[in-house]
Amino acid sequence: MPTATYAGHEVLVSDDGFFTDPGQWTEDMAPQIAKGEGIDHLTEQHWQVIKFMRHEYEDKGTGPTVRVLGKTSGVSIKELYQLFPKGPAKVAAKVAGIPKPRGCI
Amino acid sequence: MEGKIEKVSIVVSKGSFEGIYPALIMANGARAEGIEANLFFTFFGLDAVSKKRHDHIKMATVGNPGLHMATLLGALPGVPGLMTHYMEHKMDKFDIPPIPEFIEMIADTGAGLYGCLASCDLFGITKDDLVDQVKDIITVGEFYEMAAGGQIIFT
Repeated sequence: MPTATYAGHEVLVSDDGFFTDPGQWTEDMAPQIAKGEGIDHLTEQHWQVIKFMRHEYEDKGTGPTVRVLGKTSGVSIKELYQLFPKGPAKVAAKVAGIPKPRGCI
Repeated sequence: MEGKIEKVSIVVSKGSFEGIYPALIMANGARAEGIEANLFFTFFGLDAVSKKRHDHIKMATVGNPGLHMATLLGALPGVPGLMTHYMEHKMDKFDIPPIPEFIEMIADTGAGLYGCLASCDLFGITKDDLVDQVKDIITVGEFYEMAAGGQIIFT
């Protein structure tokens, strides 16, 4: 399995770069992962989404869909796409160190 | 294009429940992957963005072999509504929104929604008859211009 090094720690990732063990993720890794996704600076709103992703994953065992994010994270769908232009559910999951969500909606 | 799709333009030409949903799911799914998406509503597909009709889209219960239901049964009054309601209920469980909410959501993702000029003229539809999320009523030529460099999907 491929690995990646964030904040000086080697972590296990899937072929497309998602954490396979979310327990290896720490907050100080997020800025570096985000940079790799074209996000140069993580704002407070980015963090609101990242923390929500972590919370949902711990709760349900899978990352939320964009619809759920828009309804319950406190960040609207329009804003979500401004924060994560390459796809909120997918990119936020990567930055938050959880596996790739597989929903179609 | 190096193996990765960067842009899709989806033509929605049918006004049935099962004609509209796949197009919306594909457009929304494209945006979720960071793919640019445009929707072009033509002919009966315009019902999906019609203020008057988009909340009353029905499943075809006649001439739809996929339902595995006797044609005569599907033609009974109330059956299309009943079957549609049943499907909506099922879809809600899988987090698939009703059509009006879905249209709003797709517009919020940054996808472009457009009406087809020829169809609007044909049915006497103006921009006021369409939901606010529709950016414009455009010609086929303008659609092709917008779709340039991407994939076109016809549903």
